[in-house]
Amino acid sequence: MDAAVPLFHVEGVSKRYGGVRALEEADLSVYSGRVHAILGENGAGKSTLIKVMAGVVAPDKGRMTLEGREVSFPDPAAANRAGVVCIFQELSLIPDLSVADNIVISNPPKRFGLIDRRAQRRMAEEALARAGGEDIHPMTPVKDLPLSRRQIVEIAKALARQPRILILDEATSALTAADVTKVFAVLKRLRSEGLALLYISHRMHEIAEIADECTVFRNGRNVATYRAGTKTDNEVVEMMIGREYSHVFPPKPAAVPSDKPPILEVRNLSWTQRLRDISLVARPGEVVGLGGLDGQGQRELLLALFGVLKGVSGEMLIDGKPAPISSPRVAKSRKFGMALIPEDRKTEGLMLPMAVRANLSFAALDRLSSCGVIDRPAESASVQDMIKLLAIRTDGVDIPVGSLSGGNQQKVVIAKWLMVTPRIILLNDPTRGIDVGTKQEIYQLLRKLADSGAAIIFYSTDYDELIGCCNRVLVLYDGAVKRTLVEEEITERALIASALNIAADQGDAGIRPAVSA
Amino acid sequence: MRDWRYRFAEQRGTPLAVAIFLVMFVIYVSNHPAGFTANVVQTAANKGVILAFVAMAQTFVVLTAGIDLSVGMIFILTNCLGSYIVTGSMGTAALGVIGVLVVGLVCGALNGLIVIYGRLQPIVTTIATGSIYYGIALWLRPQPGSSDDFNSDIADFMTSQLPGGIPMSLVALFVIVLVVWLPFRRSEVGRAVYATGSSEVGAYMSGVPIRRAKFAAYTLSGLLSAVGGLYFTFITYSGVASFADGGTYTLYSIAAVVLGGVSLFGGVGSAVGAIFGALAFRTIGDLIFVFDLEPLWQTLFQGIVLLLAVCIGSARLFQVRNRLELFT
Amino acid sequence: MSADESRPLMMWLPARLRRIDPAVATAFGCTILLLFLGSLYSTEFLSPAYLLQQLKVASFLGVIATGMMVVILLGQIDLSVPWVVAVGGMMACAATAHGEIGLMFAIPFGLLCGIALGIVNGIGVAYLRIPSMIITLSVNAVAQGLMVAYTGGFSPQDSASAAMRFIATGDTAFGIPNALVVWGLIGAGAVFLFTRTTFGRAIYAIGNRERAAYLSGIDTQRVVMIAFAISGGLSALGGVLLAGYASKAAQAMGDAYLLPSIAAVVLGGTSILGGRGSYLGTVAGVILITLLQSILSVMQMEEFGRQIIYGVVIIVMLLLYGRERLLR
Repeated sequence: MDAAVPLFHVEGVSKRYGGVRALEEADLSVYSGRVHAILGENGAGKSTLIKVMAGVVAPDKGRMTLEGREVSFPDPAAANRAGVVCIFQELSLIPDLSVADNIVISNPPKRFGLIDRRAQRRMAEEALARAGGEDIHPMTPVKDLPLSRRQIVEIAKALARQPRILILDEATSALTAADVTKVFAVLKRLRSEGLALLYISHRMHEIAEIADECTVFRNGRNVATYRAGTKTDNEVVEMMIGREYSHVFPPKPAAVPSDKPPILEVRNLSWTQRLRDISLVARPGEVVGLGGLDGQGQRELLLALFGVLKGVSGEMLIDGKPAPISSPRVAKSRKFGMALIPEDRKTEGLMLPMAVRANLSFAALDRLSSCGVIDRPAESASVQDMIKLLAIRTDGVDIPVGSLSGGNQQKVVIAKWLMVTPRIILLNDPTRGIDVGTKQEIYQLLRKLADSGAAIIFYSTDYDELIGCCNRVLVLYDGAVKRTLVEEEITERALIASALNIAADQGDAGIRPAVSA
Repeated sequence: MRDWRYRFAEQRGTPLAVAIFLVMFVIYVSNHPAGFTANVVQTAANKGVILAFVAMAQTFVVLTAGIDLSVGMIFILTNCLGSYIVTGSMGTAALGVIGVLVVGLVCGALNGLIVIYGRLQPIVTTIATGSIYYGIALWLRPQPGSSDDFNSDIADFMTSQLPGGIPMSLVALFVIVLVVWLPFRRSEVGRAVYATGSSEVGAYMSGVPIRRAKFAAYTLSGLLSAVGGLYFTFITYSGVASFADGGTYTLYSIAAVVLGGVSLFGGVGSAVGAIFGALAFRTIGDLIFVFDLEPLWQTLFQGIVLLLAVCIGSARLFQVRNRLELFT
Repeated sequence: MSADESRPLMMWLPARLRRIDPAVATAFGCTILLLFLGSLYSTEFLSPAYLLQQLKVASFLGVIATGMMVVILLGQIDLSVPWVVAVGGMMACAATAHGEIGLMFAIPFGLLCGIALGIVNGIGVAYLRIPSMIITLSVNAVAQGLMVAYTGGFSPQDSASAAMRFIATGDTAFGIPNALVVWGLIGAGAVFLFTRTTFGRAIYAIGNRERAAYLSGIDTQRVVMIAFAISGGLSALGGVLLAGYASKAAQAMGDAYLLPSIAAVVLGGTSILGGRGSYLGTVAGVILITLLQSILSVMQMEEFGRQIIYGVVIIVMLLLYGRERLLR
């Protein structure tokens, strides 16, 4: 670590949200011309730190200096003026405005006091070209763009502000491999121009490719800073979780015999252009995984099974009988016994301001009531049982579920569905943003549920999970099942190869064909 | 060049509102005993323009994803005030006009300040301030009345007919759009208003001046309600503090705004659309007379047409393939 | 728009303290303060006769506000109250003109009309996803149109049935007004609904996050529709009571109840965005508003002063506990 003066220095910053300590005497030094990666679990404080640096959130104490001078930002606009620009996942785009309006949203060029649209459009086109988004028409309303294009617009917008420090918070999560390559080329060029870059990501291979140095955050503190490449992945994960770590997945039992009658059978399921002719089978005791790159239809498939999509063609059979599932209400009924752990727990799985008790019992209310009147004692008993079963850590059942940690919130979502004793459990990336300890508890739980006769369909973006938990994995590409991997066939190489739509023996580690997904 | 397609999509609801209005108006005029004459247009314009101004006022606030339930009351207040101070010589009357507009601005600004710094929801804020404005109006004019030296010259001029049969009121409407709406739309503050309504969180993260945007929206709303109130004074020569009228204008302004393609969720729409929505709404009422239906059926007719128009807007629901899009 | 953006401080307070909702406490506190101030003016204000009379008058608003609360908890609004109230009153009175059967079924008939209008609102909001503000506005206009057409624009001539007069003006054995008993029963039903039934849970859930409620297997659309039906029915009940009180219905009898019912619900601590609120708060809000209006009228304050004070009080109280969270 050289002794140059840091461009931006954060010292002793603390921030509390009610009883939760998001940041605790955190510090960080950022240098020009370098890419600095930040790692840490969700809740470790990385996002809060960036929000403090970008002026979105006010710290309780601590100081920040820019080029040696102390600074504080009352709002994002002030941070931008100082040259600190943050790229969020897509939160900062205005859906109803055009791409050009969004890119040049602050300090637009003016003529006679009004916005000069032509000049603005030129600036936008320039910024888009720098960010690798030449295919995007500047007059398109942002809401008409798919997520990957929106991220490019977000990057272009940041570049148009002539930043001195560029912070990227999971800014590549929805991009295709080709997009990421283009973006990295841009970032590397900016680095050579003297920009300081802060890069937050969970993707180890991306960090390996682009970072110069790394910092690990845990419990709101900076626990380690080291030069990139000097630690193994396992060492890094151990620093992130603070204890010894090894991938622990519960042992898988012997493969389920294929003559056992399936609980769920899907034949030729199609929906608009996003799902094509999908057929699958799930037997009791099986954990079936859905793999492939982001956005190949995995989410839509789960929604289709759960009755949320309209215009789905094909057949679905449960216990051998046709199952016309037209809504989640029908799906969860005793006749079909389906459950879906949704993608975003905060907006789809929980009512955050409502009590833990109310959230837990919500899906099973009709079983805990007679003629519409809730049986309070039965509800309390069931709620307590679930809390014990899943080891949910909460200060009582009447506090808002929003005050629980992410991992415990997800446990509440799962517990909610376990209350209806489902036989088919669909999970949409259930461990995203969850701490490692809770993840392992969830793996154990899934295995137990499978052992007691449920069929589980499990979409995950994490290869290790698919390898460790699943009996079979269906890899989706462009809405169709490209390949089915069974038991020992499930390896990282096979998963990546099928995800990229090439045969397993062709996909060599190191060769990354630039195929846009 | 796909540019024109984007420009057209940008306006969206407005052409539809124009179409509805034209259809209504053509039916009206072709069935009117006097036909498409200057006087018919004149009367229609004078009545329609008032609602158009109030609808414009509502547009500014709705664009920020708010709602202003006090526009009708500011309208009443400025009407009553106008009947007092638009008096005397041309000079004092002109000052009176300016005074009325300033009062409208102040009322709007007060709404804005409470919403922004008090951090109260617009709907309840404007219910309460509407009550206050009505109270002041009632204090000014406990009984409907007018001043003896009311300057009817200005009033007559503003509601007159220009050579060629063009109503002055339409010219005034046009001038206001030119001088207030168009510059606003193209300005940074105007864009900030759209941004705030479309996504306040995104606007905040992007450093958009949200407070300035909201303040501008509410203040301009007050100003435009005042213009409407002034015009009402010009036509009636007097001030009436009628609670029912205030409420009616408020609710009609919301109907006009929705008919005009402005989204109640904010961020989408144009005052021009709202103007045509207002004119269309007014014409619906006039159709009653033209078809010799019972005047009693006017409200019912207006209600049914509004209901249908609003239901048609949800026809696109049937295209939705993922039900999650329906639920926020 | 989500309710979890407001009052984060509430979320972290220990359970015991949180149970005392500051809004309810403030509302009751203000009521007591009002009574105290009133008693300085005249000791009459503390007499049981006066207080009971106030509670009787509050019952009318209370019944209507209950319906409004159900809808506001969902995150929606019901602007059709004015004319659904009128429909309830007028149709109940109209039924009395149809012989014995008419007299017997006058009240249920009035309620049924209100429920029917509420269902129209509900279908529009739940199934056609039309913003509640605009659909209830349209239904209000249609209801007004129907009633105006029915009565020919004159005051309705039918008189209220004996049963209607009884529940609105009679007293029980202990001197407690029947109207208050009606409100009490409705209120008890509301509390039971909100706290003990799956329907009530669903309402809070939908108001907080409809998407999560839907994905948890609740038929959210049906719940919303039924909620609006309830609101329509309760508005109509209010109309029935009012007609019974005056022995007949009147044009625009419901106009004075729209804004106060919204204000009462909001002053009682229910968030206008939905998902949060307790019925006790609404009770406090209703009593507060009724008392305020009554004291001002007894003090012989002029109408204009009443309006202004009414608006100011609402704003001040909301500034105390109705503020939204800072984005930072």
